[in-house]
Amino acid sequence: MGDLASAFRTALGLILSLDPAVLAIVTLSLRVSLSALVLAALIGLPMGALLAVARFPGRGSVITLINALMGLPPVVAGLLIYLLLSRSGPLGSFGLLFTPSAMIIAQAVLITPILAALTRQVLEGMWEEYAEQLRSFGAGPWRAVPTLLWDGRFMLLTVLLAGFGRAAAEVGAVMVVGGNIEGFTRVMTTAIALETSKGDLPLALALGVVLMAIVLGVNALAQGVRGIAARWAG
Amino acid sequence: MMGIFRRGVLPVLIAAFALPALAQERSITVASTTSTEQSGLFGHILPIFTREAGIAVRVVALGTGQALDVGRRGDADVVFVHDRAAEERFVTEGFGGPRRHVMFNDFVITGPAADPARIAGLGDTAEALRRIAATRAPFISRGDRSGTHAAELRLWQLAGIDPGSGRGQWYREVGQGMGPALNTAAAQGAYILADRATWLSFRNRQDQRILIGGDTRLFNQYGVMLVNAQRHPHVKAADGQRFIDWLLSPAGQAAIASYRINGEQLFFPNADKPEPVS
Repeated sequence: MGDLASAFRTALGLILSLDPAVLAIVTLSLRVSLSALVLAALIGLPMGALLAVARFPGRGSVITLINALMGLPPVVAGLLIYLLLSRSGPLGSFGLLFTPSAMIIAQAVLITPILAALTRQVLEGMWEEYAEQLRSFGAGPWRAVPTLLWDGRFMLLTVLLAGFGRAAAEVGAVMVVGGNIEGFTRVMTTAIALETSKGDLPLALALGVVLMAIVLGVNALAQGVRGIAARWAG
Repeated sequence: MMGIFRRGVLPVLIAAFALPALAQERSITVASTTSTEQSGLFGHILPIFTREAGIAVRVVALGTGQALDVGRRGDADVVFVHDRAAEERFVTEGFGGPRRHVMFNDFVITGPAADPARIAGLGDTAEALRRIAATRAPFISRGDRSGTHAAELRLWQLAGIDPGSGRGQWYREVGQGMGPALNTAAAQGAYILADRATWLSFRNRQDQRILIGGDTRLFNQYGVMLVNAQRHPHVKAADGQRFIDWLLSPAGQAAIASYRINGEQLFFPNADKPEPVS
């Protein structure tokens, strides 16, 4: 119990004191995970929408594959990106390994299937209601994709938050491709892993509390924006 | 929709990807061990080097085996580790070098205060290991090809014992870094071989304490090597060599010697002395 209490006290202290080292780690965490989210959304949302409206042979297998990829272990994604970006790998000449860019790529790979699969799920229901109407305007499935994405934007916000949550919470991939370099690629989750291995469990837990506070803040912000936007649109 | 994209999303994207480019500074990447990083040594000496040379040092802390692999793949400029046999292999295979010794410290065997195998105060590490095996007292092994793991296996060999026979029972390989292995040993009341530096900076000791230390066979030498720039042309050879030269210089050696935790010196520079035979 003493450990838990001291963890929360430490967490509060870290937040209130705006410790520059912690601030830098928090900023990098947000930058990496939000960039990964944007990158993954650019690929995953259209892909999911297309899967919702298009009918083609093998569609079922593609959906199964994407659903399965939602369970891709972060360490495996990390290793894959590591081998690709390593100087001895096919993309080695870019020199991206052990940089924040590598971490963004790894997290994007990890959450793109989540965004695609959930988007398909959400939009497929809408498409069943809309299909008739859109077809009557002469819109084919391709033309329907932007319309569906726009009309489903409020529901898709939850999809984006799920992707962000997974990106911000994972440690395996960013540890492998980022290297947890102090002041350069150290993010919240790798800092927590480091403090755990140093045996400083209260500090590790305190950083965990800070991470949760940030994720909570991002979610609250998104819900707030959604509420205002919905009223505007309403 | 495109308007939102242009006004909201695009600037975020550009900012996110442009920032690393802006932060571009003169730097080298060093693959090193968890003991040098987690003990706080790098936090103490690297700012001194960076102030002097204007070169930032980015440390990726791994087990020695993994750190050497990172060097082999060309993903670091300098390798700074502690497993002499593996380092010499790295050099003869042409991946880097020459190998220079930098500093040493020592390993200790820690265990629960109750000490079920009665090893406390034994001067002879091999005898201590024999007693642990005989009483089948739990022993945590790193099991991760690190320098400490290699040293542990050498000590078992010296004791004439194959710990593999107790695998899954009293001999438990965790396949993790020094810190997590110490966490496990503390939780299970087990014996473990640890480097003194990590032990001194380790916080979650519970009732673990040093039972064996000071035996000359527990000597732990650190070496440094530049990754071969002929094999990997992008290696920052000049800046990497500058770092190595500084480590071996009186200034670098003094910086290493001045690092202390609670008044206790963690690493002992020995670049100017012939390397002791371990």
